[in-house]
Amino acid sequence: MKFPVAPEPVYWLRMRREFPYLLAACLLFFAGAVQAQLTIEITGGGANQIPIAVMQFADEGVLPASITDIIEADLLRSGRFRTQYAGGVNPLPTEPAQVNFSDWKSRSTDALVIGAAQKLPDGRFEVRFRLLDVPKQSQLAGVAFTLTGAQVRATAHRIADVIYEKLTGERGVFSTRIAYIVKQNSRFELRIADADGQGAQVALASREPIISPSWSPDGTRLAYVSFESKKPVVYVHSLITGQRHVVANFRGSNSAPAWAPDGKQLAVVLSKEGGSQLYLMNADGSNVRRLAQSGAIDTEPFFSPDGQFIYFTSDRGGSPQIYRMPAAGGEPSRITFDGGYNVSPRLSQDGKTMAFVSRRDGHFQLAVMDLESRQVQILTDTQRDESPSFAPNGRMILYASEVGSRGVLAAVSADGRVKQRLSVQAGDVREPAWGPFLEN
Amino acid sequence: MKKVWIAVLALAVLYGCSSQSTKDEGKAAVEDRSATPAGPGSAQPAQPAQLQANPLKDPKNILSKRSVYFDYDSDKIRDEFRPLLQAHAKYLTGNSGAKMLLQGNCDERGSREYNIALGQRRAEAVKRMLVLLGAREPQIEAVSLGEEKPRCTDKTEACWAENRRGDMLYSGEY
Repeated sequence: MKFPVAPEPVYWLRMRREFPYLLAACLLFFAGAVQAQLTIEITGGGANQIPIAVMQFADEGVLPASITDIIEADLLRSGRFRTQYAGGVNPLPTEPAQVNFSDWKSRSTDALVIGAAQKLPDGRFEVRFRLLDVPKQSQLAGVAFTLTGAQVRATAHRIADVIYEKLTGERGVFSTRIAYIVKQNSRFELRIADADGQGAQVALASREPIISPSWSPDGTRLAYVSFESKKPVVYVHSLITGQRHVVANFRGSNSAPAWAPDGKQLAVVLSKEGGSQLYLMNADGSNVRRLAQSGAIDTEPFFSPDGQFIYFTSDRGGSPQIYRMPAAGGEPSRITFDGGYNVSPRLSQDGKTMAFVSRRDGHFQLAVMDLESRQVQILTDTQRDESPSFAPNGRMILYASEVGSRGVLAAVSADGRVKQRLSVQAGDVREPAWGPFLEN
Repeated sequence: MKKVWIAVLALAVLYGCSSQSTKDEGKAAVEDRSATPAGPGSAQPAQPAQLQANPLKDPKNILSKRSVYFDYDSDKIRDEFRPLLQAHAKYLTGNSGAKMLLQGNCDERGSREYNIALGQRRAEAVKRMLVLLGAREPQIEAVSLGEEKPRCTDKTEACWAENRRGDMLYSGEY
């Protein structure tokens, strides 16, 4: 029996095409990979986890890294799976006919991952995997990838994404990236890493603060605020070319960039006419127009995924609260009422849930609101949580927190059940932003 | 080396932070200043003649004081800072070519972007007062550093009060 080889997904081809450019851009700008990687510690588990066994791939030792370890870690980190011991089987099965299904059934395994790796004559590698449904003794997915030694991690994330999507019905986020700022002594770095914190690259290093990174919807650009000219100025930075340009440097302060879902416009906060007010502009900084007028602070704009509304923070009612207004302009309506400090609204991609930061008894905690029922749930019990950011599938929320006076990144599932902490040794980590799916 | 020490001392006095513990941020700010081309005399031995020549740098002159402090979550200018702002407004009025950058700052609590907005409000409150007292509006740019450039990094009320501040910088000082 021959391994049925599924065609390579289109998005994979595209990613392979862009990958060298991205890498080249990073290397041009900076001195290579960052030594201190983010390490992830899982501090809570989810319910209804799917029992899965990831068996070693036959001959996976030819690869420069253990691909199945990375796949298993991805699945485990999502909180949706319970990974089972899969060792002690010899020889390793590569086809369903070689799998002892009744044995796996007796271990209550629902899904089994098998595969094989081989070195190709041109120095690249081929990795094939199959996802099997144990109770039905059938194949759920089978994909083959051709890769270089530098793409083992990326391929593992792709495989984990396929497994995740087949078993949960939702898209996986293992191949997405995160942006965050690291402060070390008086040096600030904007870094881009894989969603598991590995492979971090420095996109920008500065002696002055950098805040508010915001991903363009296609994941090729970041808007952010830099203080390198002794005041806040908004930049847009291409991750493909490594080039960046100023998009808002008006008299006064320029901050809080947010992309419209079409990727063509930015909402920003400018003080050029006095006070902190909302403006819209084209992504190249042209066609600046005022969005709202108030005598109060209006800041932290965030577009609803359908582009219809802009959520923002305002103290027009006496305390900072979250409001929303039509993106075309019009009357704002108040969204949060509970408590005296509700800020930093960020919406899930389906537009149903809003993450925000709420001050309760002097503690700044991460909260979510179901926008239909307006029900609020506090997700964390820490004291200094800020800058929430949804994973593109809406399952997890990445945010900045503090442990022992040091900034760390943490993630919590939108239902509050799964908790993770990501930290960099000897650095102050803050301002995380979870990037979008790499589109087809 | 001696030159650097004098500059550091002069700046310490200039910023009225002689009683402040030397935190990382404070040190960095001082290094920044001495490394960039500062106003005349700032990196020179403090000779009386030169200090007279530049009232902004004379520690005996009120114009060498540059900070206005605020209460928590407030942009109200406390009465004690009135004489200071009167002196700077008079200087700006008398030196029509003088330009000022007003940087508003906040303590670290709360959202970074909201704190940018609060710092902006503080900077604009100081600017409004200076204009009210005779300075011309185009002479002054009010900007915010939010919570990003704390002068003091301890998590104490005293430290937070030190960071709720508006700083007046003249051309050549930023």
